[in-house]
Amino acid sequence: MSSILFENVRLIDPASGRDGKGSLLVENGRIAAIDPKEAPKAARIVDGNGAVLCPGLVDMRASFGEPGAEYRESIDSGIQAAVAGGITSLALLPDTDPAIDNPALVHYIRRRGEETGLVSIHPYGALTKGCAGVEMAEIGLLKKAGAVGFTDGARAIADTKQMRNLLAYSGFLDTIIILHPEDPSLAKGGCATASPQAVKMGLPQIPACAEAMMVARDLRLAELTGARIHFGHISTGEALGLIAEAKKRGTRVTCDTAPPYFAMTEADIGDFRTYAKLSPPLRLEADRQAVLAGLADGTIDAIASDHSPADADDKRLPFAQARAGGTGLVTLLGVTLRAGLPLLDALRLLTVAPARLLGLEAGTLTIGAAADLCLFNPEEEWTVAAGDLPGRAQNTPFDGQTLKGRILRTFHHGREVFTAEGLSS
Amino acid sequence: MSLTHHIPHLLGIEGMTEKDITPFLDLAESYALLSRSRNAPRDVLQGRTVINLFFEDSTRTRTSFELAAKRLGADVVNMTVATSSVNKGETLLDTASTLNAMHCDLLVVRHAQSGAPALLSQKVEASVVNAGDGMHEHPTQALLDGLTIRRHFGRLSGLKIAICGDIAHSRVARSDIHLLRAMGNDIHLAGPPTLLPGALGTLDGVTLHHNIDDALKDADVAMCLRVQRERMGSGLVPSAREYFSLFGLDRRRLALAKPGALVMHPGPMNRGVEIASAVADSPQSVISEQVEMGVAVRMAVLDRLSRMKNPA
Repeated sequence: MSSILFENVRLIDPASGRDGKGSLLVENGRIAAIDPKEAPKAARIVDGNGAVLCPGLVDMRASFGEPGAEYRESIDSGIQAAVAGGITSLALLPDTDPAIDNPALVHYIRRRGEETGLVSIHPYGALTKGCAGVEMAEIGLLKKAGAVGFTDGARAIADTKQMRNLLAYSGFLDTIIILHPEDPSLAKGGCATASPQAVKMGLPQIPACAEAMMVARDLRLAELTGARIHFGHISTGEALGLIAEAKKRGTRVTCDTAPPYFAMTEADIGDFRTYAKLSPPLRLEADRQAVLAGLADGTIDAIASDHSPADADDKRLPFAQARAGGTGLVTLLGVTLRAGLPLLDALRLLTVAPARLLGLEAGTLTIGAAADLCLFNPEEEWTVAAGDLPGRAQNTPFDGQTLKGRILRTFHHGREVFTAEGLSS
Repeated sequence: MSLTHHIPHLLGIEGMTEKDITPFLDLAESYALLSRSRNAPRDVLQGRTVINLFFEDSTRTRTSFELAAKRLGADVVNMTVATSSVNKGETLLDTASTLNAMHCDLLVVRHAQSGAPALLSQKVEASVVNAGDGMHEHPTQALLDGLTIRRHFGRLSGLKIAICGDIAHSRVARSDIHLLRAMGNDIHLAGPPTLLPGALGTLDGVTLHHNIDDALKDADVAMCLRVQRERMGSGLVPSAREYFSLFGLDRRRLALAKPGALVMHPGPMNRGVEIASAVADSPQSVISEQVEMGVAVRMAVLDRLSRMKNPA
């Protein structure tokens, strides 16, 4: 099979801490050597011109509309956006229609991923049947079928006793339980974080503490049951404080956040901008700063795209009626680079850190590992333009913004799956 | 108000300055006099089409806009759109394209969702007047309240104005607060914490009270807002009788305000909940005058928007 030699690149491998000039040889879809003394004569040479070569990004939290809402985003369309964002592994939330709550559907998602062959798709299994928060799903069978973790997606489990039982049961499977931390009754009907601006706009509000309240409950239940829990899209300082304390106590807890929560605030919903309507809703500046601090001090374990597709009709509605959620695959790297973290740390949160949380063999430049690679220029700027983005869904909250960090090429298992415009493939 | 686009709209009071507000009040004042003498100029909006597009029932506001448009000679059509259908949003944008095809000049919109008129304004070629959107704004109500106050005091600044009732769910309260602040008044809001958003206390010139007596003390204006019966027993207020006992505007409380203080209410009133009949019907009450000024203000708004859109 073919060989590729990446020359004149800045190799960054967060798993080993390596960051420096070098070259990398790929053979038969796997990483064969770093700084090889010689390469096969037939090897294709990719001259990076000093660009960064790092492991392909691992996105642990994305939604597509398949099955059930392919008009928003199908697996085929979504992975076009993923590879353009340098992503080579994706974990998909199970709150589709139908929900991924039986083994056949887990197989279906995996097979659809394999058919496309452009990225590795890992399904989450539903924690409860239909992600409805009532009846426990067959999580043991789902795990056997290949589910990498369990979650009800964007829904929190309201019933405390039910939650306790779910966490207790999951203990023997040694799996990760991903939670949407928001008190559902406090959040019901709300669409914006409680704030002076939301009051002026006359929008139904959700107090920011709805997040910390759920985090507090679920941390206690994790301690009670010994389950391994992970909070998705953490967005408030109060919740991060609770998680940091719990980590010190030895609670088995991790968390991620998504780019909007450290790059935007609630001020961005001004003029009823529905593309900035997210769940959880955008927070105030103090919480944005707290999320940045949580990224810097390690309280936050990973950054996920939180890709949540909507079509124009979902969003061209009065704010309270519009669908919550924004796309995030294409902008994942560029917005993350804005967080002010050292490049090695930023890439760790996007590669090996989420891969380890889910037990995936991905996100490193280890010899023998699958050659999932992302080549990007950290200095090159590009402007986000809703309507022109790869993939079907165009509901980016970052529309019109200029981002630094342009993906040049993406490789999955040694195959070039994305080439930036203007480059030869 | 939005004057940056080539089509002028009146979507809210927020952001308007004294300079933006006063011309509306001045013109409305002259229309009030002409209306009283039955001499409104019927050629001002002649040949123009005004559509009252109401997604929410409101006989009072719709009638007021209808009368205002007719007094200025416009062709007026009332459209009441049922909101019971599941896809309300589709109706909204579908309606926009229908209206464009009808070449309407001025579109008066009432909608239960905050921001709906703003959304519509992006899609229609007519000037949009917000006639109340969700809990967001009701700009013509604020203008008519301002005009009523100005006529009695000869000014619309330096007054102590108490606003009592369900402020949390009130678009009238928000528009009034923006307008009265812009004109430079001392605003005191009163109500139980569940109906009074604490965030409003962060605005300059606004003071919050959970004791209505404190808000009313030496006030020049006592404005009551409707407290809907639905709020009672919903977890926000235990009962109508408790609300009236603790927050209702009765004679004893009105006596705390300055002698001759104005009593105002945007209507419709819940007598015996937020206001006692004895107060509503007292000589200090200007509630009927508010209705009269409502027509005059809406004439002024339709006239000015039409002129801005079609400069002579």
